Amino acid sequence: MLGMRMNWQRWTMMLPALIFFVVFALVPMCIAVYYSGLNWDGISEPVWVGMKNWIAVFKDGEAWQSTLLTIELMGLCWITQCPLSLLLGVFMSGKQKHRAVFGVFYFIPLLFSSAAIGVTWSYILNPNFGLVNTILKAIGIGNGNENWLGNPHLALFIVSLIIAWQFIPFNSLLFQGGAKQIPESLYEAAKIDGAGPFRIFFSITLPQLKYTIVTASILILTGTLTYFDLIYVLTGGGPGSATQVLAMDMYKQAFINTNIGMGSVMAIILAVFGLVLSLLILKFTGFNRMDSQKEGM
Amino acid sequence: MNRVNKKISMSIVSAVFTLGLLAGCSSSSSGKASSGSVQVWSDVSGDAKNVTNKMVDRFNKDNPGIKIQSQFFETNAYKQKIQIVMGADNPPDISSNWGGGRLKTFIDAGDILDLTPYLKDDSKRYLSSIMKSVTFDGKIYGVPEGNLQQVNFFYNKPLFKKYHLDPPATWDDLLKDIKVLKSKGIAPISLGGKDKWPDLMYFEYLVDRIGGQEPFNKVAAGKANAWSDPAIQKAIQMMQQLVKAGAFEQGFSSVGSGDGEDVALLYTNKAAMTLMGSWDYTSIESNDKDFIDQGNLGWFAFPTVAGGKGDPSDVAGNPSEFYSISKKTKNKKAAIKFLKEANLNDQNVSDLIKISNVPAVNGIESQLKNSDGGDYMNFSYNIIKNAKYFQQSWDTALETKEGNRLIEDLGNVFLNQMSPQQFSADMNKYLK
Repeated sequence: MLGMRMNWQRWTMMLPALIFFVVFALVPMCIAVYYSGLNWDGISEPVWVGMKNWIAVFKDGEAWQSTLLTIELMGLCWITQCPLSLLLGVFMSGKQKHRAVFGVFYFIPLLFSSAAIGVTWSYILNPNFGLVNTILKAIGIGNGNENWLGNPHLALFIVSLIIAWQFIPFNSLLFQGGAKQIPESLYEAAKIDGAGPFRIFFSITLPQLKYTIVTASILILTGTLTYFDLIYVLTGGGPGSATQVLAMDMYKQAFINTNIGMGSVMAIILAVFGLVLSLLILKFTGFNRMDSQKEGM
Repeated sequence: MNRVNKKISMSIVSAVFTLGLLAGCSSSSSGKASSGSVQVWSDVSGDAKNVTNKMVDRFNKDNPGIKIQSQFFETNAYKQKIQIVMGADNPPDISSNWGGGRLKTFIDAGDILDLTPYLKDDSKRYLSSIMKSVTFDGKIYGVPEGNLQQVNFFYNKPLFKKYHLDPPATWDDLLKDIKVLKSKGIAPISLGGKDKWPDLMYFEYLVDRIGGQEPFNKVAAGKANAWSDPAIQKAIQMMQQLVKAGAFEQGFSSVGSGDGEDVALLYTNKAAMTLMGSWDYTSIESNDKDFIDQGNLGWFAFPTVAGGKGDPSDVAGNPSEFYSISKKTKNKKAAIKFLKEANLNDQNVSDLIKISNVPAVNGIESQLKNSDGGDYMNFSYNIIKNAKYFQQSWDTALETKEGNRLIEDLGNVFLNQMSPQQFSADMNKYLK
């Protein structure tokens, strides 16, 4: 965009998207800022209380706990999704046999709605009638009553696994695209020099995928930050507050505690958190410098 | 195409896109059903849902100018949905609710139609003790529908017989039975801990058995520190004792009740007892009629607690569910006609009795006696008739915010994440 002048044609083309963004993203954000200063339960008369909700949120231990859980979930999701998607994506971009068939299979989880995935997995993991426990009991592990989603220590981890199941296909598509763009000449040169598959992977594939890794990471991290549907269906934030991430806390404040003001505060915190995170990642990985990866070729 | 034509066509295309987006926005914002159709929202399911649909179909046939449309939701989702929709522009014309403080929250916000001028003689049709839950300041805001919903224990008769147990009459008997069942690897009591509101049933009965009506009345009146009442703290302690004694099935915190999972444990012989509202009887009928036909289902009243002040005949639960009309309705006449003529008319009453529901109307004793599920329905009707006091479920008797917080805190209590003192301290903050 350096040195490009904005004339009226370019403005007209940008206008629809710009209007859409302003109406559906910026305006609600501003309204949320207004709501955060209210004491309102959604049906009675709102009462302006200024910064009271904001102070309450920062003093309240629950909000910090939710933030910690959110960060924990983001970490878990990144660890379970990034490496696996990378390997899958590279595999699918290669010339192995049957990769088209695998491609279709891995795409299936992406076609289901989060609610459908949540309901199905909560039945599979059901402590009394679920598939997982039945299979484990059949092969002799456990007594068929293992509590997966109701165990406060395991719940978050299990949720991250199910999220991974849902999104690894999508992320692997990113890596597949990224891997396909790596010029053959690099691989040929490496093979001539006698490099084995591991060396090739770590010295050529991985570095060339740098920007794809950054893209995928941003998507995973900011996606997990605001993820709500699946967690709501699977555990509802429970057991207790074991999976009460910021998005769940926001929902609980707004609709179960009928405190729209507090809920709006959390919504804004989420949005700011996501924005700052994205900017930081972009800055530290040099993404916006847009260095070419094909220098010298 | 020369430059000028290109510019013109580009701007036309952009304008069309923009207009298309805007048009899309405005048409999707009005989610109203076709005008003239009356929306009825309810949270019943299974056989009860079919009875409601039958009632709607009959009314629609008899009144060709009116179209009633019913929609059904799962209980927890329904509670949140109705809260949001009541404050918006197009609430359902008729919605079901549990009366009490939760309904009062909506009445105070100006969302519910006062039915007193339209009911006149009709209100005599309904059981007067039940009508107390929808009468505020002498004005009636709802009519009963469906089932009297008292809470009692259900038990698996074959399992009890197998281990030589009798239905417990006292709390100590209950603890003894639990010990025996646990040692045989059967879940003594099935609890739908994931939905959290089943926890309330233990709480409200224990508080009543230990302290009578006083503790609730103090909380409902908003007296300072009402939640620190010793009866309430003892009830929390006893509930946590129950959890520690392993009374509930493993993994109870992820077993649901709204989806019928907790009662499924009972009729698949995995659990011996469950404490639940009368709708469970109908639920078992829909899902495993043989279980009832073979005489495997038993029931008993909540046990007494030694040294308790409460009358042992006291009963807790939902007096009934009610239909209320929203003030913003555009179909007032049709909605009122529906409630007066179709709801709980003779046919609806006999349909309800056929699925073992007991409606809140006067003069149906003989009908109950002669029906199929007569045993349980008689038990239901009598236990309510003879109760010295009917404690409405706290979460609907209190206003919405306090009721919701109570359920959340009870969930934490059952997971041992909240002590009795912490519970009282937290709930005291929500006194209205």
